[in-house]
Amino acid sequence: MTRRKILWPNLFNDDILERKCICGNFYKEVYIMQKALIGFIVAFSFLILSFPSFGQNAPPPEGGILPKISLPVPGAEGYRKYLGLNGGSTFLIPQIKAKVVLIEIFSMYCPHCQKDAPVVNDLYSRIMSDSNLKDKLKLIGIGVGNSDFEIDFFRKQYGIKFPLFSDGDFSIHGILGEVRTPYFIAIKIGKNGTHKVVYSKLGGVGDPDEFLKKVKGFSGF
Amino acid sequence: MIKNIKYIISILAVAVLVSPAFGLSDAYKNNIYNPGELKPVDSVLKVKVGEPAPDFTLPAISGEKISLSQFKGKKNVVLSFVPAAWTPVCSDQWPGYNLARSFFEENDTILLGITVDNIPTLYAWTNQMGKLWFPVLSDFWPHGGVAGNYGVLRTEGVTERALFVIDKEGILRYANVADINKRPELGALVTELKKLKGK
Repeated sequence: MTRRKILWPNLFNDDILERKCICGNFYKEVYIMQKALIGFIVAFSFLILSFPSFGQNAPPPEGGILPKISLPVPGAEGYRKYLGLNGGSTFLIPQIKAKVVLIEIFSMYCPHCQKDAPVVNDLYSRIMSDSNLKDKLKLIGIGVGNSDFEIDFFRKQYGIKFPLFSDGDFSIHGILGEVRTPYFIAIKIGKNGTHKVVYSKLGGVGDPDEFLKKVKGFSGF
Repeated sequence: MIKNIKYIISILAVAVLVSPAFGLSDAYKNNIYNPGELKPVDSVLKVKVGEPAPDFTLPAISGEKISLSQFKGKKNVVLSFVPAAWTPVCSDQWPGYNLARSFFEENDTILLGITVDNIPTLYAWTNQMGKLWFPVLSDFWPHGGVAGNYGVLRTEGVTERALFVIDKEGILRYANVADINKRPELGALVTELKKLKGK
């Protein structure tokens, strides 16, 4: 043990390493292994510095499934009825009673989300005024980094009628790959609770007519 | 050696997993510089609640000079120091206050946004936020002079993420030096503004 302790030098001290390598193949192998590990660590560090998103979750891809996101069952009866939730304290998004759920990832602090809020309201009104659509397509919002107070303020400020949920500690934001805001995700819910992500894109609604056409297209309505 | 390797890998893992979380608006596209996780607080407050707030005069991006004392007897004042233009949390904080204008007005309060950036930088940065209703002041020269007087100038030369509520008499009523990596919650500030009612 004492010998190993003396002969195994500081990891980065090449001078000592080279001197020890003359002692035999064992130390030569150790030297090569150390070099390989240093190479790995340097490459790993380069990857992290070059691609800050490395090691984090990615946004849900179209064709994939939504990560498991647990939301609180709203206290307001109107929201529970809209989402088709009967009871319990939490629910998963694919449990919403709909064929397609459109999820807006937003923040009260995001200038584009503020600008887009009346347009999203317009989209919601168009969905609710279409008798063929209102039970099939449901809309929810998740406010990333927003407290309940901030969500409530945003709702009142823009007169938002669809359910909004707070993600004060950014935990949902992290699961969703820390997307920029606003970001829209749509999931299509199949029979027996299965689902598929059919839309996952950065950006606001823009033109509500065009956006609704697009939603109807990928929803198959 | 194995101990050394474990140590290095642990540091790398922490660097990957403990990145500051922020919900960045697409309004800034890819123009935001992320400084990473910073020391939460790096200064010692020099002002005390209940005592007069130090007066100052700073240039605003509008071209005028604004003094704290000009609001004495007229308006309550909130000073919002944010660390730096074009950084993640700061770029969201003021757009939120822009939306929350009614909370300030209901409580007869003016908001003054302050950073140590120069006027051209502040002009370009705040233009991305839309039209702000409150003055944005530059504490660029002498660098961080006002922030230094309040005790919120960090050792790297930027300010803390700090909020000060000053009443119409010029008395400091609330001081909050937040973790620089996190945006202060709006509800807490609104609670403090409501306390000013009738003062």
